[in-house]
Amino acid sequence: MCLAIPMRVISVQGDPDDFTTHQLATVDADGISREVRLEIVDHWPAVGDYVIVHAGFAIHSLVEEEALKNIALLRELAEKTPEELLS
Amino acid sequence: MKYVDEYRDVSLARPLVEELKKAVTKPLRIMEVCGSHTMAVFRNGLRTILPPGMELVSGPGCPVCVTSASHMDAFISMADRPGVRVAIFGDLFRVPGTKGSLAEASSRGAKVDIVYSPMDALDLAVKNPHELVVFLGVGFETTTPGIAATILTAHNTKVKNFTVFSTQKVMPAPMEALLSDPALKIDGLLCPGHVSSIIGAGTWEPLAKKYNLACVVSGFETADLLKSLILLARQVGNNDIKVENVYPRAVSWEGNLRAAKVVAEIFEPADMDWRGLGRIPASGLKIRDKYAEFDAEVRLDIKLPEAKEPKGCMCGNILKGMSTPRECPLFATRCTTANPIGPCMVSSEGTCAAYYKYGRDE
Ligand code: SF4
Repeated sequence: MCLAIPMRVISVQGDPDDFTTHQLATVDADGISREVRLEIVDHWPAVGDYVIVHAGFAIHSLVEEEALKNIALLRELAEKTPEELLS
Repeated sequence: MKYVDEYRDVSLARPLVEELKKAVTKPLRIMEVCGSHTMAVFRNGLRTILPPGMELVSGPGCPVCVTSASHMDAFISMADRPGVRVAIFGDLFRVPGTKGSLAEASSRGAKVDIVYSPMDALDLAVKNPHELVVFLGVGFETTTPGIAATILTAHNTKVKNFTVFSTQKVMPAPMEALLSDPALKIDGLLCPGHVSSIIGAGTWEPLAKKYNLACVVSGFETADLLKSLILLARQVGNNDIKVENVYPRAVSWEGNLRAAKVVAEIFEPADMDWRGLGRIPASGLKIRDKYAEFDAEVRLDIKLPEAKEPKGCMCGNILKGMSTPRECPLFATRCTTANPIGPCMVSSEGTCAAYYKYGRDE
């Protein structure tokens, strides 16, 4: 449930202080774009930032540098077996 | 790219493993609170490299596993009512209650939809105006804000046929209940990453102080987990107990204040039943009276039935960190991931499922 991959924000709509507006971002992860809700994200993201998504909601936003570090780590680990990682 | 190189080097793990060996200077038991951590620890093979003296036990952090059998029964009887459509996260589908599962209800004609997000459940309500859609809220602090935001959206857009059955739970209260039991000897907590992202690393400080408990908030990668275990062992070894956060890329000290605001608008603390742990005061969240029209328990006048645990299942003790799945006589014989008897085997984050998948030969 929690192995969230940061996704890049392509566009943002809505007013961060007004929950009656549609608080939505379009995000991209590995070329697939989708919409995520922004009602509960900790910091309102800008285009180019990254968000960690839980069940369709962005919960945390990261600046690009933090996110790239995170993504690289996830990709690397996905390609390794435990033996390779620990031997 | 700089960061790729930093992590591509697989020899990175070896020094961490060596460091962990050095850090463990006295026996210690660490509880990994979160089901995703349990899975990550197994998947990464970390249990096989733990130095002698360091023991990892799993805690009550799998939301499906701690859902009481009486809640499961209430979910199933609700799904059987005409005019009701139940929307759930997929993990709940096969969990047995006392009389079958939602999967069985679905095969006899009950309307059960698996959704990815509570917002999808709200969409179902809009698309099926003549049915009452009930989203089964099962989860911890990470899931609650999304449900709260969905109820707020339903309120703002005046959707009248959307409800939530909240069995939402909070983490610190059951940990307190566990830790106050002298039978459970725990020296440190591997604190959940994304729960802490919402409630803040600082949440763990009172527990650390009161129970002299080493606390480290961890991410889910091998390097994160190893680093956390090293810090936990050092805290215990040096008797320097505190809360440390090795997951700052997702977790701050004070947590996600925007999410907290949305949750506080919709929910208030309530006593909650936990499988294996019983009823714990203020360990759950109920929908405030102001939003009662979105509360399935109010709309459908639900009374929680008495329920018994599946016969012979030891999930209760496993969730308390008192037993391991291998101590259960049904483990891997009558209870398997294909034919689960208890919730700890059904859920993809359950401790029994983790042992079954990765740890049978240990
Ligand atoms: S192995 Fe099955 S029956 Fe035994 S405790 Fe785990 S879920 Fe329950």
